[in-house]
Amino acid sequence: MKKIKILGPGCRKCQIAYNNVLEAVEQSGVEADVIKIEDFEEMMRYNVLATPVLMIDEEEKVAGRVPNVNEIKEFLSTQ
Amino acid sequence: MFDWTQQLADWIVYTVLKLGAETPVGNALNFFIYDTIKILILLFLIVFIMGIVNAYFPVDRLRDFLTNKKLYGFEYFFAALFGAITPFCSCSSVPLFIGFVRGGIPLGVTFAFLITSPLVNEIALALFLGMFGVKATLIYAGSGILLGTLGGFVLGKMNLAHLLTEWVKNLLQNAQKVSEEFEQKKLSFFQRLPNITREAWQIVSGVLVYIIIGIGIGAFMYGYVPENFFETYLGSGDWWTVPAAVILAVPMYANAAAIVPVIEVFVIKGVPLGTAIAFMMATIGLSLPEPHC
Repeated sequence: MKKIKILGPGCRKCQIAYNNVLEAVEQSGVEADVIKIEDFEEMMRYNVLATPVLMIDEEEKVAGRVPNVNEIKEFLSTQ
Repeated sequence: MFDWTQQLADWIVYTVLKLGAETPVGNALNFFIYDTIKILILLFLIVFIMGIVNAYFPVDRLRDFLTNKKLYGFEYFFAALFGAITPFCSCSSVPLFIGFVRGGIPLGVTFAFLITSPLVNEIALALFLGMFGVKATLIYAGSGILLGTLGGFVLGKMNLAHLLTEWVKNLLQNAQKVSEEFEQKKLSFFQRLPNITREAWQIVSGVLVYIIIGIGIGAFMYGYVPENFFETYLGSGDWWTVPAAVILAVPMYANAAAIVPVIEVFVIKGVPLGTAIAFMMATIGLSLPEPHC
């Protein structure tokens, strides 16, 4: 079971990133727990500078841009 | 560079649609077609170039530069300059602020970055370039950086740290210089290109509708508002027209993409460029966040 986190307040980019993650999880059939972190205090524990951030199993994969579905699927499959 | 766009617009409006060159509707449509094509090309180009710059100078690296280098008073200027080349997303501004201050960068320097970042963004620059030319664009970018430098310096002298929220203060208690080496992903330029292109396209398509609305309003005014109409009210060059433009701009719920094409027509119809720049900075800096965020 993978733990996927999307860090970012409720802006459009972060919402798209979140939706892309859900889409990628569904397409790849990987079992994953997807959490969206919108609280700044919690976000800052991860040393975030630019949002959105994609983390898989506590490892930062993408920061400051929206990852696309294929990219996320690749992250999910290589681990 | 854009002669062909004018010729294309002329051909569509005057030859295909058979609208007279002197009629308001002909003028407006010609303006709309010419501006839309020109602006979209410039926008994509500039966003793309900024994307390349950002791939090589991501914000983590800029922060490390500000933290680790001795800059002898120039740190405000550098922070403002970095703010100009970093794309601004209003929802990143809180994490950015905390991340900078926690990394040991003084509040004032952080503000210099945060003031310039939305003012000088790739969309505003592309639109300015398309509508007012290179010189005006450089003046605009220069004033934005100057404003950030001075603003950051003044705010830095005001000792605002005690006004921070409690949890941010607690975070800063444990502040430490960020020395972790920035994780360099070993990707070649050509491996990065698809990503940069896709993002540039995402940004452009995100503001597309605002630009077309803006150019539409601009084109309508271009065709139907009489020459020198604004000169009577905002164009006299009196000193008070600039603060008046700023105050007028604050409640304008618009973004750069929609406002610049309208301002272009203001200038064509007699408003001085300086007043127009003041108006634009107030609109972008104090109103709606940029939509590409």
